[in-house]
Amino acid sequence: MAGMTTSNSAVVTVPSDTQILITREFDAPRHLVYRAYTTPELIRRWWAGDRGQCISVEVDLRPGGSWRYVMTANAGFEVAFHGEFQEIIDGERIVSTEVFEGAPDAAAVTTTTFAEHDGRTTLSILVQHISQEYRDMHLNSGMEAGTQEAMNYLEEVARSLA
Amino acid sequence: MIFAVARAATTSDAFNAVAEPRRRQILDVIAAGELSVTDLVRRLGLPQPLVSKHLRVLRETGLVVARDDGRQRLYRLNGPALKPVYDWVRDFEQLWSERFARMDVVLAELTAAEAGHAIDSTAESEDGDGRDDD
Repeated sequence: MAGMTTSNSAVVTVPSDTQILITREFDAPRHLVYRAYTTPELIRRWWAGDRGQCISVEVDLRPGGSWRYVMTANAGFEVAFHGEFQEIIDGERIVSTEVFEGAPDAAAVTTTTFAEHDGRTTLSILVQHISQEYRDMHLNSGMEAGTQEAMNYLEEVARSLA
Repeated sequence: MIFAVARAATTSDAFNAVAEPRRRQILDVIAAGELSVTDLVRRLGLPQPLVSKHLRVLRETGLVVARDDGRQRLYRLNGPALKPVYDWVRDFEQLWSERFARMDVVLAELTAAEAGHAIDSTAESEDGDGRDDD
């Protein structure tokens, strides 16, 4: 029934002033999406996106267990996140805290759900912040590496014009 | 100039304007087309003074523009003024799109490996070897 067309983009919405919701459908069954999302060797391959290299991924996937991801952004600085798992329903749902180590006060609670339909899986990541200020900061965090790249690029352009 | 660009992303008035839930509601409604205050009051079910107050902020920040049509004033969304806000969310969205594109590659491998494993299991099923490699 599902058409061949897939939107490859993540969809980001802000359901409330303190939340961020990220959703994406994958052409894979739920247990594999769950595995790709929770296995350190696999996380290392996707978490940095195009913005750097993942240098460390630790995941102790059990309630009370902790996780920590570290990447080196292309611009040279390190970006690290860590948290603790609060609730795990194997293959279906993970609730964990999430702290950007550049802003340790701004702890968020992230609820990640994996829903399968016709062999495809919708991944939803709901990030609940304690304030709008922290939520906004989190949305900005994606820009740090990207902005730096843009700056470098602008510098190059400026040099070529000089 | 570079710094002006960087600053605009976090401190532009458009961000303050959309920070208020009622104002976002107003933007949602007028995104569909021009409306008068009366129309907005009716659609949102909010008191007129409140709607007017938020409309004033939206006009001051350029997110909404007004024109007079006879005896009524019509408001409409000024899309380009929302661009900094859009860019801001879009870059975060872009980061996740990059991550998910890489997850697609991982998942294609996992799916292929699992299919291969399933074929192996079928071939080996006569041995009654039910072990799980994972």
